[in-house]
Amino acid sequence: MSNPRLYSTEAVVLRKIDLGEADSLVTLYTPHLGKIRAVARGVRRSRSKLGGHVEWLVHAQMLLARSKGLDIISQSQAINSFVPLRDNLWRSSSALYVAELVDRLTPEGEEDYPLFKLLADTLQWLCRAHHTDLVLRRFEMHLFGRLGYEPELYHCVACHSAIEPGEHYFTPDGGGVLCSGCGGQALMVDRLSLDALKVLRFLQRSGYAEVDRLRLSADLSANIKLIMRRYVRYLLERELKSADWLDRLEREGLAR
Amino acid sequence: MGADFIATVQPMARLIEELHRLPGIGPKSAQRLAYFLLQSSADQVRGLAEAITAVKEKVIFCSVCQNITQVDPCAICRDEQRDHSKICVVEKPLDVLPLERTRGYNGLYHVLHGAISPMDGLGPDDLRIKELLARLEGGCVEEVILATNPNLEGEATAMYLQKLVAPLGVKITRLARGLPFGSDLEYADEVTLTRALEGRQEVT
Repeated sequence: MSNPRLYSTEAVVLRKIDLGEADSLVTLYTPHLGKIRAVARGVRRSRSKLGGHVEWLVHAQMLLARSKGLDIISQSQAINSFVPLRDNLWRSSSALYVAELVDRLTPEGEEDYPLFKLLADTLQWLCRAHHTDLVLRRFEMHLFGRLGYEPELYHCVACHSAIEPGEHYFTPDGGGVLCSGCGGQALMVDRLSLDALKVLRFLQRSGYAEVDRLRLSADLSANIKLIMRRYVRYLLERELKSADWLDRLEREGLAR
Repeated sequence: MGADFIATVQPMARLIEELHRLPGIGPKSAQRLAYFLLQSSADQVRGLAEAITAVKEKVIFCSVCQNITQVDPCAICRDEQRDHSKICVVEKPLDVLPLERTRGYNGLYHVLHGAISPMDGLGPDDLRIKELLARLEGGCVEEVILATNPNLEGEATAMYLQKLVAPLGVKITRLARGLPFGSDLEYADEVTLTRALEGRQEVT
């Protein structure tokens, strides 16, 4: 049986770029089709029926038409536009980071429902969390888990012995922690404080509600951010553009 | 006519290549345009060629508002009749036209030449923001109207500018974001409707 020409799916818009006069090329993350790309015709006209229903970081119910090239979005109805994100530069920039990370790390057309759920939940939490930084860290941790890059935090990735309290290190290319013996000799490792290790483990096993109750010192936050950022850079072999932007906002004191 | 044949007619091949670089012009359109030009009169073609060169040679950026102009400062910035205490900040030179058509605005403009787009690596340093801040330093400006597009990039730009301008003590306003004239409420999205509700006005 051939595919029907139209199909319906939920989707989160990860990316939207201009195409021709008034069209946009959008990258969508869907519950059952994974990441797909589609064309939104005429969406940039102010009277377009798609308009705000196909905008960056909108979660919508869409009807798409199969076509020889990219599929065409024929209807869209926003389910959640994450309104509080849009009035806050720091929160919307954090959400862009989430979208860029998903876009860069996922292949096209591979279903991953838990990842879709994680993405939608993360955007929801970015609207209201006390500490958007911790939301990003938990998101990174769980995204890596979904994609098979979950960092090993309980055993040394070199000698496989259980990690004892004391000195430990994090190695991006080893994908986890090193004990004091192995870490002392290794290159390109970051020192990890005991508290930082505990927080990383906590992020790995906890939900957003619990994570949002956490209160960390600025130093500890910075340590965890550095470690996760290096790991992201190692996995992608590049710096994320939205991460540079977040850094800049932070330097200019605009991170709130 | 195959591409191999065109390659032997060198000037034609070059013209097609140049046209192909224009936005929205694919290889087929480029061939059609080149063939049309070949068949046009010499005067017509010369007129087009001159217009293209002139745009590069004669159009400059206004040193005040950064809009495109032939004389510096531009006609709007020089106009004494206009209200020099208001600056309307737009993304592109083309955005000035619809605002002027309203005949409802008599202040000055500032053209940023883009919008902040973190995913494309486009940041504040790529826009004419320093020039805007320099204009505000004089103390003559009382109001900055942010008229960037109501999309993610435009909003990011507006929020960033708001944070930069606020410490200078200048009044900052943003164009109202709501329902477009001639549209249908049924198709309005949540963000637009939320803002339309927030910005509702008493009918008198």
